[in-house]
Amino acid sequence: MSATFFVLAHPFLTSAYGAGTAIAVVSGLVGYVVVLRGQVFAGDALSHVAFTGALAALAFGVDLRLGLYGGCIAFALLLGLLGRRTGADDTVIGSVFAWVLGLGALFLSLFTASSSGVGGSGGTTGVNVLFGSILGLSRGQAWADVVVSLLVAAAVVAMARPLVFASLDPAVAASRGVPVRALSYGFFVLLGVTAGVATQAVGALLLLGLLAAPAGAAQRVTARPFVALWLSAGIAVGSMWAGLTVAYLVPTVPPSFGILGVATAVYLGTFIWTGISRRKRSEDRAMALVTTARATRIGAPGVP
Amino acid sequence: MTPTHLVAAALAGPHLNPVDDVRQMLALHFMVNAFRAGAVAAVLGAVLGWFMVLRRQSFVGHTLAVVSFPGAAAAIWLGVSATAGYFAGSIAAAFVIAFVPRTPTGRAGSQESAVIGTVQAFALASGALFVSLYGGFLDSVTGLLFGSFLGVSDGQVVALVAVAGVALVVMAVLARPLFFATVDRDVAVARGIPERAVSVAFLLVLGCAAAEVSQVTGTLLVFALLVMPAAAAQQLTARPVLGLCLSVGLGLAVVWSSLGVAFYSTWPVGFFVSTFGFAVYLVAAGIRLVGDRRGPSTRRAPAPPPTTTPGLATA
Repeated sequence: MSATFFVLAHPFLTSAYGAGTAIAVVSGLVGYVVVLRGQVFAGDALSHVAFTGALAALAFGVDLRLGLYGGCIAFALLLGLLGRRTGADDTVIGSVFAWVLGLGALFLSLFTASSSGVGGSGGTTGVNVLFGSILGLSRGQAWADVVVSLLVAAAVVAMARPLVFASLDPAVAASRGVPVRALSYGFFVLLGVTAGVATQAVGALLLLGLLAAPAGAAQRVTARPFVALWLSAGIAVGSMWAGLTVAYLVPTVPPSFGILGVATAVYLGTFIWTGISRRKRSEDRAMALVTTARATRIGAPGVP
Repeated sequence: MTPTHLVAAALAGPHLNPVDDVRQMLALHFMVNAFRAGAVAAVLGAVLGWFMVLRRQSFVGHTLAVVSFPGAAAAIWLGVSATAGYFAGSIAAAFVIAFVPRTPTGRAGSQESAVIGTVQAFALASGALFVSLYGGFLDSVTGLLFGSFLGVSDGQVVALVAVAGVALVVMAVLARPLFFATVDRDVAVARGIPERAVSVAFLLVLGCAAAEVSQVTGTLLVFALLVMPAAAAQQLTARPVLGLCLSVGLGLAVVWSSLGVAFYSTWPVGFFVSTFGFAVYLVAAGIRLVGDRRGPSTRRAPAPPPTTTPGLATA
């Protein structure tokens, strides 16, 4: 217990835990809907666009977050447009984001070249964008992340019911008067903002895990959408806290690895757990079948 | 001329005389190796990518490509050759993805993609851990992620050729059943094709190819070589053999032209590979769009699988 208080005694840790919690909540909520809608690949694409956006901003000398959010939201709208025109064609998404990533490589080299004169911080910043630097958040950045995360989380909760309906059965939802297309665009924008905010915590390359792992775990545990939605957020927050604590106690472990390691372990745990319970259930069912078969055989005609 | 003179000439820029420029590049041994390694990577990426695009497995392909990064980082940390690490990472991930249990509820698609996404992110996080453990240099991280084609040694070229040869032989055996199982899974299963085994074998070869290509382009840009030439070829033709040849040709053109341009530029080769690839894809999509406007043709319709079984024909 005293270790927990010790952790919260450092200002940078307070920022990390505070911002991390908000980011985990929004990633868990948004991630569940992403998995439900089968848009994990879009999340993958966005995570790479986040990298390019951030480095473009750095290469042109503007605030990193401007490029991050701008790039993510623009690409999210593009994904909405592509999805409407060609269906869920992952080849198109893949081609576009592979090119965007190539642009990112260009901006990285431009930025590294331009900043190498002043101590060569370019490479460090590039790697930080890729793998996250949650322990390096300033108090102001942390507050901004908390506000953005809570706004997105509130928006997801507000549109959760029609969104889940439209995700599970778009045709029926549309016939019931749910604005399916508007919801799709709206959700893509929320996903873009989430990608932007999560990049600051776990990094562009790893935010996919924060979206997919808690959501996948929640989906394995329960089939009820709204329970799973909140369970996903809960798992994400738990992974964030446990991962940050591990990273603080073991200095060689990067915080991003701690967070994703815990989230992956939880997901793996649900596979083992549902595997065991399913085997138990199928054994029960087999026993039930045997007993009913015996029971019917006694009264069945033509059986000796 | 001595190598120093050649480098100086290269830095002075192209002469706008293609023959001279090419001769100048090929006089440098590391450029020859880069062209060789690039050619191997392009051919393998194009062939495997063609099947990947056909099977709509871009997400899997991207994940297999990305996970070679932690493999390489772990290999450097342990002091083993990075090449072995690339392959170990990709093949391990291919096994994990291949043996994901299908969900009983029938929503296999979303659950499977969640697993793939988790594998990818966890692998990258492990990569960050290994880099932190060996006290990695930032240059080597960006080198692993974005490629450094200038440092390909003779030994690496031999290793690349050997792996590509094995992979292509396996693909030659696998191609027909894999194509059949992809185009019409049910009929293929009914005909006795071991669909599951074929899929797993394809994933493993795809993992090898991704690891191979990532040594040239870096793990983040493999995907460009896997998806773009293949996607462009499939925009242009649905005939398998023609499409495969086209995909290989486009891949080679993209890689060699990128290497050539990058030699005279300060910009990274990965940028040129992805940009030229994307341009090829856009042109192909444009040609297809124009073709569609002119009137629906049958040449792009998926080749119908042989549905008339001997039993039906006699009946």
